[in-house]
This record gives sequence, structure tokens and C-alpha cells, in this order.
Amino acid sequence: MFFAVVSLTILGSAMGLFLGYAARRLEVEGNPLVEEIQAILPGSQCGQCGFPGCAGAAQALADRSAPITLCPPGGRAVVQALALKLGVEANLSDVKDNVPMIAEVKEEICIGCTRCFKVCPTDAIMGAAQQMHSVFREACTACGKCEEVCPTESIKLQPIPVTLHAWYWHKPVIQPMQAVSA
Amino acid sequence: MREYLMLLLSTVLVNNVVLVKFLGLCPFMGISKKTDTAVSMGLATTFVMTMASASCWMLEHWLLMPLGMVYLRILVYILVIAVVVQFTEMVVRKTNPALYQVLGIYLPLITTNCAVLGIPLLTTQEKLPFVNSLLYGFGSAAGFTLVLLLFAGLRERLALAQVPGAFIGAPIGFITASLLALAFMGFAGLV
Amino acid sequence: MKLFRLRGGVHPESRKELAADRAIRVLPMPGRLYVPLLQHVGAPAQPLVNVGDKVLKGQLIGAGQGVISAPIHAPTSGRVLAIGDFPAAHPSGLTAPTITIEADGEDRWLETEVASDPFALTPDEIAARVAAAGIVGMGGATFPSAVKLNLSRKNRVRTLIINGGECEPYITCDDRLMRERAAEIVEGVRLIRHAVGAIEIMVGIEENKPAALAAMQAAAMGTEVRVIAVPAMYPMGWDKQMIRALTGREVPADGRTADIGVLVHNVATAYAVRDAVRFGRPLVSRLVTVSGGSVVEPGNLEVPIGTLVETLFQYCGGFAGKPARMVLGGPMMGVELATAAVPIVKGSSGVLALTSGEIGSVQPAPCIRCSSCVRACPVGLLPLDMAAHIRAGDSTGSVALGLKDCIACGCCSFVCPSHIPLVHYFNFAKGELMEQERVKLKQEATKKLADARNERIARIARERAEAAAKRKAAREAKERAAKEAAAKAATEVV
Repeated sequence: MFFAVVSLTILGSAMGLFLGYAARRLEVEGNPLVEEIQAILPGSQCGQCGFPGCAGAAQALADRSAPITLCPPGGRAVVQALALKLGVEANLSDVKDNVPMIAEVKEEICIGCTRCFKVCPTDAIMGAAQQMHSVFREACTACGKCEEVCPTESIKLQPIPVTLHAWYWHKPVIQPMQAVSA
Repeated sequence: MREYLMLLLSTVLVNNVVLVKFLGLCPFMGISKKTDTAVSMGLATTFVMTMASASCWMLEHWLLMPLGMVYLRILVYILVIAVVVQFTEMVVRKTNPALYQVLGIYLPLITTNCAVLGIPLLTTQEKLPFVNSLLYGFGSAAGFTLVLLLFAGLRERLALAQVPGAFIGAPIGFITASLLALAFMGFAGLV
Repeated sequence: MKLFRLRGGVHPESRKELAADRAIRVLPMPGRLYVPLLQHVGAPAQPLVNVGDKVLKGQLIGAGQGVISAPIHAPTSGRVLAIGDFPAAHPSGLTAPTITIEADGEDRWLETEVASDPFALTPDEIAARVAAAGIVGMGGATFPSAVKLNLSRKNRVRTLIINGGECEPYITCDDRLMRERAAEIVEGVRLIRHAVGAIEIMVGIEENKPAALAAMQAAAMGTEVRVIAVPAMYPMGWDKQMIRALTGREVPADGRTADIGVLVHNVATAYAVRDAVRFGRPLVSRLVTVSGGSVVEPGNLEVPIGTLVETLFQYCGGFAGKPARMVLGGPMMGVELATAAVPIVKGSSGVLALTSGEIGSVQPAPCIRCSSCVRACPVGLLPLDMAAHIRAGDSTGSVALGLKDCIACGCCSFVCPSHIPLVHYFNFAKGELMEQERVKLKQEATKKLADARNERIARIARERAEAAAKRKAAREAKERAAKEAAAKAATEVV
């Protein structure tokens, strides 16, 4: 009884000390993963994921406290890249396969208040006070910040019209086999 | 020499830890979706299992038996395994952060891999000498890695196959595993 | 001549007899022509005319922009009626920017510069004339020919191959062109050779066109052009297959034919080159085969670019019963048309109206891994594995198996006993990957913009703070000076 208690105590403390020493020697500074994840994210700091910016989202992703499907502007491409990086299954059915959108200014009711272009994270809106604003299609990430601040509801997200250049074949749908009558 | 080779052959194929003894099934199903992660997991387990076999033998013969504390065997073994796993985790995290991320929760879970505890217990039961215990542990782990790799390869192809709705995912995985186990039964009587 | 062994390929029923023996007829000028601005691979042309302008036949109405592009010319004289969107010959049925011209019936040519001796022109002049004429690959690839000529000259091409394969079933326009206008083609071939300085010239013609072979051989007699019969099989008209048959060489997977010193042009392109170089005439019309079981009187027509497909069918006697499917191009690689009200473009070799008996539609069944598709693939890919990856949502995985090298020839779908729409899978995956690429590029660009904006905001804030600090320092210094002055004054007073 006595031997058992003593020897197990010694054994346990020795191993604890060994692990403690190893932890000191093998300490990892920070998490290199966070930076790698941040490089994957769109970086427009739009805040649609609920985190203050892409850096916060990257931290949450590295801690596994956020799903990899958190980034709406990133779409499927970002989800797949994150899945690869983090080694998890990409459940693409969770990604809202939303149609690509773009902000558009309704010229009749735009009052030129400049609020939208002040909040645009990618400088995609051009305009000046009392002047009609317009949107650069290539730069708009459809984050929707401009839509929120517009006092006259003249700026709205619209689906991007499909062009010949962007169109491609849909995925073939295979119906389950019909019973073959012999 | 011949004896050692026979021991290796026996542990890797004939008495395969996963498909014949049915130990360590959780990582077998859990980490077998991709071949590269399967190999990494296999190597980590190999390291832990070999180390655990060696240190358990030493504790058994130099501590527990002389002091007559064999009734504490499982407790001590689990302690040793947990320490080795913790150490492995630290090393992997330091040397290969990407692999650390990929293995994720399964790395600490090597502790609860029943094969890791099972093999030292079996070597103790069979009263094997030190080198034999070491080879027993290593051979079993190599068998584990082999089967994990084979199964991951199968599952990579299964993911592409058209499977009836009710069998998609784990069910067809289990069926495949059972077929693989049947195949390994063919090694019975080899040694 | 010894021919080389070919890989893959299939032998569909040729069905060329429907139109092969019908001589070329010239289609009467239709009332309106719809000329799309993008009829080639590359950037669309920029319109140069306004609504209401009078144009002459052959007048430049769209200028090519960028390195890979081609200009567009008026196919007849008349008035520009509209510049806007019009349904394009595309499976999506979407519209494309198009110039609509109302013909005035005179069909008056623009004054063109006729070269009395085209062989006296320098290679640069020939390439410039080909570029100005807006000639593109007329076999269907529609790659701007002048770009190809310049590239070939830069790469010192040794071998010039003229492609008279025409392996698509039904299509006979190249066959008729070779039978009736062999001398002109040979002259065009020699002009191309003159332009690129090739040493060896070969014209490959499928052996199922004996009349065309004989005509071309007669026309090439005494010239450096060699006319060679190649086996009749699909896709013999694929340039890399033709190169393999005639030279035994393989074009690298991600390379061009020029990389192995070969230039390939279609026979119809050679004919258009001759027109452009000798007479200065741009490409404003082409031969089109009108065929298929539903067409009353199939034939080969010389059609101005921009004619509606329905006009062609009407001229050929209309339909005998409603066609089950209308196709622009051949049945293997052509596009299904939702409506016949789409214009003929530079790359349209045929229009088909097929009966339900000719198309056959069978429900796809599961893959039985018979590997027929692997044997049929002329590129040497594994269509069944590629399709399995794509079906499982792993398009990227199919790229590793060579999706980018797939030419969508349709051999795999044609031989599949389970009728799996393999090419459909590949087209989908190629589109999906292209879309992902576009999204990625956009994301990189917007990321740069966002970074620039954040930096700018930080800089402005910093500058403001600095300016404020400076102002404060100046104010303090002033106050201090004032205080000191006051103190000094006080001491002086005291």
C-alpha cells in the first residue's frame, strides 16, 4: 500500500515534470495558421460574418469556433480553400448558393449624399456631394453596406445579369434509373 | 532473427490489430477519408505504440513486478500512454503545424485508442521478452498504418461511386471495412 | 506516303450523302443581316458605325481590339438599322451585341486594292491583309488567322498542314469547296506558305472524299503542295490529330502546334486568305451545309455572314415535318439551337434540322466501367474517371486527370453504352472552374482595393493628427513667446 502510493506519486510527478519541461522547450509562438487563413479570406473587412473584420474571422476559424462557411462574399471558392487548409469536410450545401449580386444606383432617386461611398470597403462607388453616384462593377463585392446607409433606398443589390461570356452548362442531372421491363 | 521476422509478419498481417483483433476502430473509420492524413495518423500512432510498448515493458518488469503492484497495471499503463501522446502532440505541433491542424482532435485521441493500451497488455499477458515486446508493438502499429492506408484509398474511390441513397457515407464504409476484414482472414495460417 | 498511327477516334455514320453531291448555290441576298461583333476567339470588335449610316459591302464596321481579335465587315451594302443585342448562336439562347444591316439590294462592293501579283507581297503585307480581312479559323475554332500567321513566323514553322478533314457527319461544305474551287484553295495555300516560309506543305483530306481528293491533286500538280489521303474517322479534323496522322508528332499538352514547328489551317481559311490577299476582299460570306432528315432539299450554300438560320432552311425548301432538333455546326460538336432566328457567323460550317430518328434520346444508366470511352478518347484521357470526379463535386480533381486537355469532341459520349452525357459533365466543369478563376481574380483585385483604402484612411488620420500636433506646437510656441515677451517687458518696466 505504502509502496504503491509512493511509487505512483514519484512516477506521476516525474512524468509531469518531464512534460512541463518539454512544453517549455517545444513552445509554439502564436498561431501561424491565422495569417494563412487571413490570406485566403477576401480581406474587404465587410463584417458580414459577424466578426469585426477578416482578422477576427481568421482567428475564430483557427480556433475552430466559427464554421468555414462563414464568409458570404467569398462563396464556394473560399470555403473550399479553407476546407483544404483546415483539413475539414467542405459541406457546400451550407453555402447559400446565392446568385452573384452587385450594387446598383437608381439614378432617379439618388440625392448625392455621399454616405454610401464613405462606407464602401473597396472604393467601388464613385461620386461627390450633390452628384449622382455610380458603382464600378469590377470592384463591388456585394457586401451590402451601402444599401444599409442609403437614406432614399436608391442603392440596392441586384443580381448580376448572366452574359454569354459568363454562362456555362449546368451540371447534368441524372434521374434515378427507371425499372427496365424485360 | 527468423523469430523476429515471424513476429513482424504475424503482427502486421496475420493478427492485424484492426481487422483481426478489432482494436482501434475509431481512428480506422475517422481518419480514413484521405490517404495523406491516413499516413500521418498511422505514423503518429506507430511512434506512440512503439514507445508505449517499450516503456510499459520497463515499468512492468522494473517497477510493478518487483514491488508486487501488478494490480495497478492498467492505471500505470494509461499514465505512460498519456504522457507519450502529449509529448508526440507537442513535437508534431512544433515541427509540422499543418499536420497538427489536419490531425486535429484525433491526435490527443490516440490516448484513447484501445489498440495502444491493448498491445502492451497483450505483450505482458504473453510474457514476451523486451525486444519481442518492442517488435510486437511496432509490428501491430505498422499493420494499423497499412490497413488505414488501404482503407483510405478505398474510401477515396468510394466517394466517387454511385451508391444507393441509404448506403451513402458510413454504411458503405462499414461494408467495405468488413470485406477488407474478410480479405485479411486469408492470411490466417500464413505463419 | 506512310501515315502514322492514331489514338482513339470513332466512326459515326457519315450521312454526308445527303448534301455531298449538291453543287454550291449562292443564297439570294436576304433583306436584313445580323452581324454579331464577337465571331471569333478573343475580344469582341468595337463598332465603328452609327445607326442610320450607309455602308458598302466589305466596309469595316467593327474594329478588332486587343492582341487576339478580328475586325468585322459589312456583308452587303445598305443601311445600319440597329446596334444592340440580338440572340446569338449559343446553347444558352442569350443575346450578344450585334449590328443589324438592311440590305439595299445593290450589293455594291467597296473599292478594294487588287494585288496584280500577290506573291510579290512581303510576308508582313500578307499577314496585314489577312488581319484586315477579319479572317478567322473557318473549321469552327474561329481563332484569328493573322495572329496564327505571325506566331508561326516568329516560331519559324517548317511544316504547313492544310486541314481538309471535315470529319463531322452531315457537313460537306469543305468537300464541295475542294471539288469546285480547288485552284483557288491551292493558291491560298501557297500564299500562306509564302507568308510563313514553311518548307513542307501537306493537304490532308479524308479518304471518303475521292472527288475532292482528285480535284485537289489535279490543282496541286506541279506545285510544292502535296495532297494526301488520310483515314476517314472522327475527329480527323482536329488539328492535333491531323498533325499526328501526317507527321507522327505529338503537340505538347499545354502547347500550340507552332511549338513543334507546324501551322494548321482549314481549306476554307486558305480560300478566304486568297480572296483577301489577291482581291483585298474581307471575309463577308462563307459556305454553309444545310442538311438533316427534316430538310426537304439539303445543299451547300454560299451565305453572307449574318444571315438568319431560318432563311437558309426556307431557301432549302423548308421542313418536311417539324424537326426534333436544330443544330448549328456538326452533330458531334455543334450547338443545339433553341430558335432558328440566329445569325450565321464566320465559324458556322453547317445548319442541321434533325428528325427524332436521327438524334435518339436514351435515359442515361450507371457507368459499368467498360472503358469504351478511354479507347475512344483521341486525347488519351480517362473520361469515366473525370466524370466521376465531377459528379461527386470535385471538378478540381478532374483537372489532375487532364480536363484542361479535353477538346469536347464527343467521342466518349458517342461510344458510351450507358449513354452517360460525359461531354456535358466536362463542359460544366470547365465552366465552373473558369467561374471560380474569375471569382478568385475579382477577390484578389478587391482585396488590393480594400487594403489601399485602409491604408489611405490610416494615412489621412495620421496626417490629421500630425497637422493638429503641429498646430498645437505652433500655438504653444506663440503663447510661450508672448509670455516671454510680456515677462521681459515687465522686467524692463521694473
